[in-house]
Amino acid sequence: MSLFEIIKLALISLGRNKLRSFLTALGIIIGVTSVVAMVGLGQGAYNSVQENIAKMGTNLIMVLPGAASKRGFHGPRGSATTLTPEDSQAIERECPSVGLITPIVRSGGQAVFGNKNWQTNVMGCNDHYLQIASREVDRGRFFTAAEARSGQKVCIIGMTVVENLFGNLNPIGQTIRFKKLPLTVIGVLKERGETSMGADQDDQILVPFEAIQRRILGATHAHMFNVSARTPELVETAKGEITQVLRHRHRVKEGDEDFHIRTQEDIAEMAGSTLAIIGMLLGSIASVSLLVGGIGIMNIMLVSVTERTREIGIRMAIGAKTSDILYQFLIEAVTLSCIGGSIGILGGIGLSKIISYFISFSPEVSMPAIVVSFIFSGGVGIFFGLYPAWKASQLDPIEAFRFE
Amino acid sequence: MTQKPLLEVRDLVKTYFMDGVSVRALRKLNIRFYEGEFTSIMGSSGSGKSTLMHILGCLDRPTTGQYLIEGEDVSGFSRDELAVIRNRKIGFVFQGFNLLSRTSALENVELPMVYAGIDADERRTRAMQALEAVGLKGREHHHPNQLSGGQQQRVAIARALVNNPSVILADEPTGNLDSYSSVEVMDIFQGLNSRGISIVLITHEPDISLYSRRVVRLSDGVIVDDYQVQKRLIAAEEIRKLPRRDSLEEQ
Repeated sequence: MSLFEIIKLALISLGRNKLRSFLTALGIIIGVTSVVAMVGLGQGAYNSVQENIAKMGTNLIMVLPGAASKRGFHGPRGSATTLTPEDSQAIERECPSVGLITPIVRSGGQAVFGNKNWQTNVMGCNDHYLQIASREVDRGRFFTAAEARSGQKVCIIGMTVVENLFGNLNPIGQTIRFKKLPLTVIGVLKERGETSMGADQDDQILVPFEAIQRRILGATHAHMFNVSARTPELVETAKGEITQVLRHRHRVKEGDEDFHIRTQEDIAEMAGSTLAIIGMLLGSIASVSLLVGGIGIMNIMLVSVTERTREIGIRMAIGAKTSDILYQFLIEAVTLSCIGGSIGILGGIGLSKIISYFISFSPEVSMPAIVVSFIFSGGVGIFFGLYPAWKASQLDPIEAFRFE
Repeated sequence: MTQKPLLEVRDLVKTYFMDGVSVRALRKLNIRFYEGEFTSIMGSSGSGKSTLMHILGCLDRPTTGQYLIEGEDVSGFSRDELAVIRNRKIGFVFQGFNLLSRTSALENVELPMVYAGIDADERRTRAMQALEAVGLKGREHHHPNQLSGGQQQRVAIARALVNNPSVILADEPTGNLDSYSSVEVMDIFQGLNSRGISIVLITHEPDISLYSRRVVRLSDGVIVDDYQVQKRLIAAEEIRKLPRRDSLEEQ
């Protein structure tokens, strides 16, 4: 008996109990629908995070200070004050793979304009920041290298700051105050929205590093360096070069560094692995319903074998081999689960489309996810159909005949 | 006889175990069936005739003893080997017809050929011929529930014939039929037998056994009688004596 004929036979006998077949397949339909939609949701979240990280610039490298450790007291990571602007100049000079570098200091506080004030962040950086962070100026201009060097009291503000301090007023040329330091607004950053972690990237004031470091913080160290490699391929090389330079300058041995370097890839990996876990979790919860669907198939197949005992007896009497009966019932179960799987895939795609209206990112139903769910539903059919089919194939033809 | 037997049973013993008690259904039975014979196996219920039928039909295996089909000992065959023998060498006709419901007459007749691996075109041609041979031309696409008992039994005979078996085994084929249909079925059997097809018929009705050529009588698992029928009835003649009911059967 050819496979084609067995499938035809399976479709005929499934067609005889349309409602029952549909209800049985419904378990698989719901299972596959939820698996496809959930995996799509996970994939969509992952994609949107990766996209956001890529926006930071694919050749971005961050140099962060290590933990401060003085007289046995071990501070938190990033608390050391070992990164200096001189380090950043040395890196710029000595590392051929490094394109641009900016030291960064941050400070939080109230920005005041007229009778309005707004709690925001000030970031001190040099004139390369815009390029390194791949951001753009919407209105006005960024500060020049000369302004950066001489620590001019100018600033570029984000959209959120504009909205809260100026409303509909044109901010260019106005002067705001941050911790008593007057800053002239020379530009507005182009809107970017929130990071994947929910931080508002438009709630920022950019100020020349020299201005904020000396006048507000009164410190000489940088909180971090943002570096861009010449090309995305040179990121790892640049990382190595920076490590060498800083080890030499800070006189530390390997494994004893007072700084650490993170590339954009490291960040993407971290965020990605978290989301992958969430995605897997969603998928595995959904696959429980697929399992339940499989049990439904097994249940109905067992009922079907009992009901059709006489048919099995007739088939055996006229020459059906054990394997003929086994395949007949197995293929019936697999056909049922594959039909359920196909409908479920369509359902999952539909559900993802519906979900995409309610969330900010779009779920992505990938081809591998579809193929895997289809194979998986077929596998469920084989797994849960095998026992009933085996039971059918082991019937004794004489006993099967006596069955009414 | 010098002729080689078609089916041969040697020292056949079949013992059933039920609730720890062994029941000997057949006790050292020896019997031979020859090519072209039309044998009735008679006996009351419990005589072992159904057990014998199951073993002759390769549906069951002997406890001890041998069973040879065309000289080949099949008593040690596996399930699947027996399935092949049933498919190729034996055609079954049962009391309860045992057709697949919701399946057309044609598809029922095709079924043994499906398991024999014959391609669809040839299956169709041979099934049509077999149905025509039992007088069911024009009813190929009827389902069993659209056919009378006699017609259903004729579909079953067509199904038994279609793989050109060595022997047709009929287990009480007239048990569920009225007397007219019974004679009709016997007419078909006599027709097949006259063309050289061997038939083994199990029945408890003495009238029916008179259509065959040889009668074997079983009692308590042993053969008590084995004789040639002297005054054989010809079904075609008997039909004429019965009231016509063609008009009824058309319903």
